[in-house]
Amino acid sequence: MPTSSKKEKMIEGVIPESKAHELLYKMVLTRAFEENAEEMYGLGKVHGTMHLSIGEEGVAAGAGPALRKSDYLLNTHRGHGHFLMWGGDLNRMMAEFMGKEAGYCRGRGGSMHIADVESNNLGAQGIVAGNLPISVGVGLSIQMRKTDQVVLTLFGDGAANEGAFHESLNMASIWNLPVIYLCENNQYAMSMAFERAFRVEQISERASAYGIKGLTVDGNDVVAVYKAVSEAAEQARKGAGPTLIEAITYRWKGHSKSDRQLYRTREEVKKWMEKDPIKRFAAKLDVDEAGLKEIEKKAKEEIRKAVEFAESSPEPDVNTILEGIYA
Amino acid sequence: MRELSYMEALREAMRQAMQKDDRVFLIGEDVGVYGGAFGVSAGLLDEFGPKRIIDTPISEAGIAGACIGAAVTGMRPIGEMQFSDFVVIAMEQLVMQGAKMRFMFGGKAEVPFVMRLAGGSGTGAAAQHSESLENWFVHVPGLKVVMPSSPYDAKGLLLAAIEDNNPIMFFENKVLYKTKGPVPEEMYTIPIGQSHVVREGKDLTVVATSVMVSRAQEAAEQLSQEGIELEIIDPRTLKPLDEKPIVESVIKTGKALIVHEAVKTGGFGGELAAVIMESEAFGYLDAPVKRLAGLDMPIPYNRNLEYHAVPQVENIVEETRKLVKGQY
Ligand SMILES: Cc1ncc(C[n+]2csc(CCOP(=O)(O)OP(=O)(O)O)c2C)c(N)n1
Ligand SMILES: [Mg+2]
Repeated sequence: MPTSSKKEKMIEGVIPESKAHELLYKMVLTRAFEENAEEMYGLGKVHGTMHLSIGEEGVAAGAGPALRKSDYLLNTHRGHGHFLMWGGDLNRMMAEFMGKEAGYCRGRGGSMHIADVESNNLGAQGIVAGNLPISVGVGLSIQMRKTDQVVLTLFGDGAANEGAFHESLNMASIWNLPVIYLCENNQYAMSMAFERAFRVEQISERASAYGIKGLTVDGNDVVAVYKAVSEAAEQARKGAGPTLIEAITYRWKGHSKSDRQLYRTREEVKKWMEKDPIKRFAAKLDVDEAGLKEIEKKAKEEIRKAVEFAESSPEPDVNTILEGIYA
Repeated sequence: MRELSYMEALREAMRQAMQKDDRVFLIGEDVGVYGGAFGVSAGLLDEFGPKRIIDTPISEAGIAGACIGAAVTGMRPIGEMQFSDFVVIAMEQLVMQGAKMRFMFGGKAEVPFVMRLAGGSGTGAAAQHSESLENWFVHVPGLKVVMPSSPYDAKGLLLAAIEDNNPIMFFENKVLYKTKGPVPEEMYTIPIGQSHVVREGKDLTVVATSVMVSRAQEAAEQLSQEGIELEIIDPRTLKPLDEKPIVESVIKTGKALIVHEAVKTGGFGGELAAVIMESEAFGYLDAPVKRLAGLDMPIPYNRNLEYHAVPQVENIVEETRKLVKGQY
């Protein structure tokens, strides 16, 4: 956990107050980014698909920020929030989203593959659970290089049903690797409801199969996630191996752009919208509605500028299409 | 004749097969209430219920294994890989088990399943959702590989595939899903292993697969105005390959251009070129056999780069002109 001056107030004894305000801002920024993304898609300014994390911002706010700059991130397809929380620059992120040369991946990757290798952000993921085995290697490398880094590996409830999940958790556990497995259980894998895809009541129960610690936390409570990730990191840095954290949350929007959401009711969505992680965190920070409005205004302005930056930056040159292809 | 989209044609084939034969069922991710990621199976859950339209967890190896196990014990499964890219996770089951079982067991087992896969680029889905991997399976003895290019072929080939007693990899194309064409209402099959002469012409033979067939047709219209007449052949099934119409066409035209979306190196085009060169058509060639294929690279996200990563109509036109003029 990053150090802070002793006098600073700690939110629920865990997050320094100034940092908490930063996180709140970034949660609002994430939502503004995604609302804008949806709008741009509607206008035909971006193509492909996108996965919005609106309603799930609490997990991102409590995860990356509980770690150090030197740690590693392996993100998911629903990772805009995690990207920003890891310190991603909004302009370059927006440029990537719009497929521009100034983007993090020079417009080659897009939302689903956005990475920033310089900041140990090893990328979003287009293959469900594709990042899980890789985190074993990153953990192994940390162990071999004898650093005290940790890996934060994110995945959804759906990913926990790929074979890769089992192989990864088992290897990380037998070798005591410093991996934090953070499962964002947002109740659905596309149209597949959690209850239809699992016989266990909590994904964290599976930790016992690997002899590691598993816990379930309220993913819409930033502090709960922050605390769980901090503790898992502490364990990992001590050489005590991986932890499986399940963060319970909910995606407000469709899975991607083609989703008619026939698998759930409006009432269910509404019920979860009442548990808005942004409002809940704002309340903890004594930010009232007017204060939140101010923050939203600021975030929207930042988004507007980022769009301007991205729109005015050049398209990749077609003549460079094969650049970087070595085989 | 009534028109259907490629997607509707596929759905109708599945529906009719399931109505006719209780052993047929569909299994895959989000094939039920969602109707499949592209809507191919929309409505089938209502008609056939969750015992025959089976939503799975995200477990591609499991889907493939479920198909193989059910097939070898008397059922006729249709599996779905939501994007053909995800078949990488199911490779062991398909290649080591499904493909080889019949032979390894001395011919005493039959494994009649169809694995449907949504392939191809052009939707901005980037490197991990845009691949064309059909030729991997062409390289595996024991698997048939089918690639329909039109709604008519989609229905007839899928019905033939479901009736077939062996495993079939059925590669659909994402940008074809919404294209329309005439499709008969009754059940009909197109034999697996029969090439289709899509257009007759005297100057050059184009062998094209999947979405490249319609691009070649468009190129042919343009070139026709310049007095160049393309003959277009769609193999429809890459394996088994019906070589005869291809060889005969090249004997007639003396020139061959092979067009596919998959990357060039190690692609099906190499196989087709070899088939032509090993045949009696060799002596009739008056130009090298050429391949026009995807660039040897992952599919980029940027729209413009993505466009240029795979053959387009203008590339076919240009390559043809060069070949006809003897510029190679
Ligand atoms: C191997 C693989 N299978 C299927 C998909 C298609 N797909 C993308 S995201 C997704 C659902 C993932 O669910 P979950 O892991 O719960 O994450 P969420 O989308 O809910 O955040 C599916 C089926 C994929 N990208 N990769
Ligand atoms: Mg989920």
